[in-house]
Amino acid sequence: MKREIPILIVGITGVILFLQYFIPTDWSMQLLGTSQDWVIVIGILALPLGIWSLVKANIMKLQVKGERFYAAVLLTGFLVMLIFGLPHRSSLEQGSTFMTLFNTILIPIQATIFSLLAFFVASAAYRAFRARSVLATILLLTAFLVMFRWLPLGFISTADNAIVAWILSVPNMAANRAIGMGIGLGGAAMAIKIILGIERTYMGHD
Amino acid sequence: MTFLEKLMQVDRRWIYLAIGVAVIIPAIKSFNVPVSPSPEVKKVYDFVENIKPGEYLFVAMDYDPTSLAELNPMAEAILKHAFIRNEKVVIVTLAQFGPGMVEAITSRLATEFNKVRGVDYAFLGYRPYPAITILAMGVDFRSPFPVDYYGTPLDSLPVMRGIKNFYNVKGVIDLTSGNTADMWLTDGNGRYGFPLAIGITGVMAANYYQYLQSGQLFGIIPGIKGAAEYESLIKRPGEGMTQAAYQVVAHTVIILFIILSNVAYFATRKGRAKSGGAR
Amino acid sequence: MTTSQLLLNGIAVFLTFCIFSFLYKDNPFYKFAERLVAGVATGYWTVLLFHTNFRDKVWDTIVINHQFIYIIPALLGIAMWTRFSKNYSWISRYSIAFYIGISSGAGIPLIFYAGIFKQLQGTISTPLAFSWAGLNAFLIIVAVLAALVYFFFSAAHKGTMGTVSRIGIYVVMIGFGAGFGLTVMGRVALLVQRIIFLKGYAIALFGG
Repeated sequence: MKREIPILIVGITGVILFLQYFIPTDWSMQLLGTSQDWVIVIGILALPLGIWSLVKANIMKLQVKGERFYAAVLLTGFLVMLIFGLPHRSSLEQGSTFMTLFNTILIPIQATIFSLLAFFVASAAYRAFRARSVLATILLLTAFLVMFRWLPLGFISTADNAIVAWILSVPNMAANRAIGMGIGLGGAAMAIKIILGIERTYMGHD
Repeated sequence: MTFLEKLMQVDRRWIYLAIGVAVIIPAIKSFNVPVSPSPEVKKVYDFVENIKPGEYLFVAMDYDPTSLAELNPMAEAILKHAFIRNEKVVIVTLAQFGPGMVEAITSRLATEFNKVRGVDYAFLGYRPYPAITILAMGVDFRSPFPVDYYGTPLDSLPVMRGIKNFYNVKGVIDLTSGNTADMWLTDGNGRYGFPLAIGITGVMAANYYQYLQSGQLFGIIPGIKGAAEYESLIKRPGEGMTQAAYQVVAHTVIILFIILSNVAYFATRKGRAKSGGAR
Repeated sequence: MTTSQLLLNGIAVFLTFCIFSFLYKDNPFYKFAERLVAGVATGYWTVLLFHTNFRDKVWDTIVINHQFIYIIPALLGIAMWTRFSKNYSWISRYSIAFYIGISSGAGIPLIFYAGIFKQLQGTISTPLAFSWAGLNAFLIIVAVLAALVYFFFSAAHKGTMGTVSRIGIYVVMIGFGAGFGLTVMGRVALLVQRIIFLKGYAIALFGG
């Protein structure tokens, strides 16, 4: 009941959806559409679980000295968005207070957090990008050529652009193709194992 | 400790400062950088250029504010191009913080190009689980999106009349900063066979050329350089081309860093080998 | 720029500097901005899910349009909430099983088609010839095979396997190098966008 039925559900739905691919009739496409639609509905109702977990964890942190202020900041931000967003659907349109908060707080902070990576990548280039071995030299030279494209140096840039175009479309392409095929085979094998009931880690422990 | 040894152990904050100064210089004194379109970007431009007025282009804007620097300029350039050519555009976002940005861009460009929401373009909105949503849209857009982002039933939108799924659009362009590119390739192009191009962040760019070579993608817009190239092709400079000058200075500094650190590394290697150190 | 816009952008500028302050070291300003964005982002997503997903896909479908069959996935979605209970968390497996089964079943043929067959086809589709394209086609075959051999760990990388896998690692390093070069561009772009924003604010405040 606790483990067998879920394995059965995975097996039956998996096999049906697998076979559906080879039977592209109207009713089978309808089946595909409906099944995907059902998963979306399940997901919509399941996603608040994560939201509640975050809120609950921060409510608990309100009791912890040192964390109290930051937990309060997080919960205030959350509640303010709910207050301005939940009453009306039109709050999702530009000009609303809700969207103003989105534009003033969420966009700048998220964009800036990721912009820090520019500093870190420069630091990494300085500290770790050294031609210590043949392999490191190949990596360094390739990166160097790709970066060099930005410098407007006339015919040198033209030649560099041509070399980089070749690097991207031949050796780089081949490397990523091999990696992608490995990932594809791994993903397909995992999916088959799940459908056959061999892989059960998604169920967790009793 | 010699100067070169000191150079190799410089505090990371000096490097941060140098990069900070490098990107401030073009903000004070900007300059033009020539941009020559690459074939993969030109193919995307040609595709949009060859769509007849009234025909449909599907644009997926699957990115969050974390990557708006690279993908917003692409989105603007493509939408401007499609609007100039009077193409109908269907937009969707499969990124959780995407809708706010999509709404801002589409409403601004619609005003600029005198386009009417629901008549000239539609913004379907956001759904979680991108792969599932793509598969469902391939059956019928109305299945995952019975109403658009604003709550209007799709059947009530003039722009959505007579269009059911991907078979009714000329092609799909996915602007993405995450693995939705793989989903559009596998679950979209792989399942329904529509022409697909992607606009991606620089970090991802190298990882998708194999799909271009195999014909699964008809074009790639790689990072801010790709955005600048697209802007040059439609002859409407935007943030992509503005960023070019900054990129030149920042890249110059980083290249100099690499050269400097390698010179210091090789110059001090002998000493390290003598003292038995291995850094 | 109006006064209210100036004020709002001023807040955005302040928050931008709060985050940049992390470059010196972790500090209360950074922590404040970090937690604030976590709260605002969660709130934004909750509202978005409620209005455009729960209402459109669940509530309206069942309550307004009377498509009662959707009660089944809705119940499966609600069943996920049993994960909070020690005694009843097993019920959530039914929902997970439904999702995993459907996505795995639909995914297998597509992964094979798009991720493997089309990629193999691409590798061998260009005819070998004494031309630039023909040479590249040959190099692609060699490079893909070599890189695949490098990732094949079921046989020892000795002899011919060792030589081929050595070529493979060179190919992979070129790929990683290209990736790094493009990553620099991407990361710098993120910083430049913030600088352009700050410049715009400075001009609005002090004049250009």
